[in-house]
Amino acid sequence: MVRSLAGIAIAFVLFGLFLSLTGRNPLNAYLRFFGGTLGSAVGLSEVGVRMIPIILTGLGAAIPARIGLINVGAEGQLYIGAWAATGVALFSGIDQIWLMIPAMALAGFLGGALWGGLAIVLRSTRGVNEVISTLLLNFVAILLVNVFVFGPWKNSQGFGYPYTPDFGSAAILPAIGGTRLHLGLVLPVIAVVVVYLVLNRTSWGFNMRAIGGNDAASRRRGIPVARYLVLGMLVGAGVAGLAGMAEVSGIQHHLRPGISNNLGLLGFLASWLAGHNPLTLIGTSFLIAAIMVGGDLLQIGANLPSAATFILIGLVLFLVLGMRRKDLATP
Amino acid sequence: MTVLVALSGALAGAVGPGISVLYATYGEVITERAGRINLGVEGCMLMGACFGFISTVESGSAALGVLAGAAAGGALSLIYALLVVKLNTNQLATGIALTLFGMGITAYAGREYVSESIAGLNPIPIPWLVDLPVLGRAIFRQDILAYSAYGLGPLLWFVLKYTRWGLSLRAVGESLSVSFAAGRNPALVQVLAIALGGLLAGLGGAQLSIAFTHTWSEGMTAGRGFVAVALVIFAMWSPMRAMVGAFLFGGAIGLQLQLQSLGAPLSPFILDMFPYIITLAVLAIWTGAALRAIPEGLKSVLRGGV
Repeated sequence: MVRSLAGIAIAFVLFGLFLSLTGRNPLNAYLRFFGGTLGSAVGLSEVGVRMIPIILTGLGAAIPARIGLINVGAEGQLYIGAWAATGVALFSGIDQIWLMIPAMALAGFLGGALWGGLAIVLRSTRGVNEVISTLLLNFVAILLVNVFVFGPWKNSQGFGYPYTPDFGSAAILPAIGGTRLHLGLVLPVIAVVVVYLVLNRTSWGFNMRAIGGNDAASRRRGIPVARYLVLGMLVGAGVAGLAGMAEVSGIQHHLRPGISNNLGLLGFLASWLAGHNPLTLIGTSFLIAAIMVGGDLLQIGANLPSAATFILIGLVLFLVLGMRRKDLATP
Repeated sequence: MTVLVALSGALAGAVGPGISVLYATYGEVITERAGRINLGVEGCMLMGACFGFISTVESGSAALGVLAGAAAGGALSLIYALLVVKLNTNQLATGIALTLFGMGITAYAGREYVSESIAGLNPIPIPWLVDLPVLGRAIFRQDILAYSAYGLGPLLWFVLKYTRWGLSLRAVGESLSVSFAAGRNPALVQVLAIALGGLLAGLGGAQLSIAFTHTWSEGMTAGRGFVAVALVIFAMWSPMRAMVGAFLFGGAIGLQLQLQSLGAPLSPFILDMFPYIITLAVLAIWTGAALRAIPEGLKSVLRGGV
């Protein structure tokens, strides 16, 4: 913990060095950075907005990781989840919010699970490693969403811009108290609690840990390893799909290209930083979300492109991973 | 008929788009033969594409640009080498972090070069050979980096199989402890292999921006680095088979471009999926065979399936 915090501090110092080398005042930049994230209620609410998808995609990596599966596909699962939830929002004809929101969440979960399912099918039937298949499927998912938002789902009143018609009010997660923070907040809260309890308090969780430790021994002990692998990936990918549902229903209110700026990869990294522990994941997601919000403020204030945020996130990851006494989740 | 025209066009167009991926695949073959898997190839390619392009614009020399691109890719991979080999961090997470870092740096450094264009490297037809039927133009009307890529495959194959350095590299990839006991320095060998891998990925990225598109745009590698990691498995860790894989991928891009220009009644985004889907299909078909060739040292990372 101390080492991790030291690593974060050094990363900020290095990034400050980068800022001053490129002719910016790092002190001013960091005042704006911290003032606008941790220093105000609005800033904190924005951090919360970013935490929602990062926790969900992080769980998308953490759940399969328990059984030794590596899901780098939360980005694609988020997109397909958003796509499925949008389908329900636009075409189901449901007009009551208490029915519509659960239906969209279910669709988002199933969409993500379907996308993760492709990877696990490739692995179970053809032996294709899931690291590579989930990575490649990310690109396919992003293009698939484009097919729809540039094509059949395009808003005819959108002045030619590629997005779907806006959702009806029943399909929108209500905002909390005048901020952009929305009731989708409930999703990561429930997901973290459930995943934590299942992993640590049930025999399923115990078996998952056993499989992650030694799958051959688990098989000999009679644990249905193949079933766990499939279900673990489906549930993880489904939770990542919920992130897509939360983004379109809570923030965007329609589907468009580029709804996620690498939220899936950021969730993956948040999960690694947390050693795949769902409770620690809350902290690491907070860290990454705060950097993203702060980065956006620097984009406006210090005229930095938004992608420069990834420089700081990269530095934090390098230093925290490198300074940790022992990587919590080797290999 | 349309399909036939598209296919012959794709064949002719398979080499050009495949070269950048081929370099990255060579690089990752070397890294993985030494027992490490670097998902930061994507970031290294971006570094090569960005800094190669910037250097070409600023110096006016494509040759300098290529060197700068390779150096940028190699430099980025040194971060990975330090973390993974010296500090024993997780390879996959470190690789993904490296890719994000590379995205950030290149988006920042390249933002004022997005609308620039360069003469860059252009095809040099090889007399006589270029007139060969069917494949003549495809293979022998390319830029200098393509020709050196043809030669690099056999060269790497030879180095890996018959030289002391190659033997040392493979020994480290099979077992760290045994090669250490045999008096070698496994950490040094791995750092060199990773740096060489990053260098080649950077070279591939530079080929993409300097010789293929002649432009720079944010995130322009679009997953080619990840494709390279996939092709290494298809290639069964052999540089010669890497050539086959890269040209399959290039062929998919060629087919996509052909269909697009012929006005196929398909969403362009569906066509854009071809290269990724074909890469996945190739893996689905050949992974079983590849399993037998996996370096021992990678098994703990890629357990269960390749």
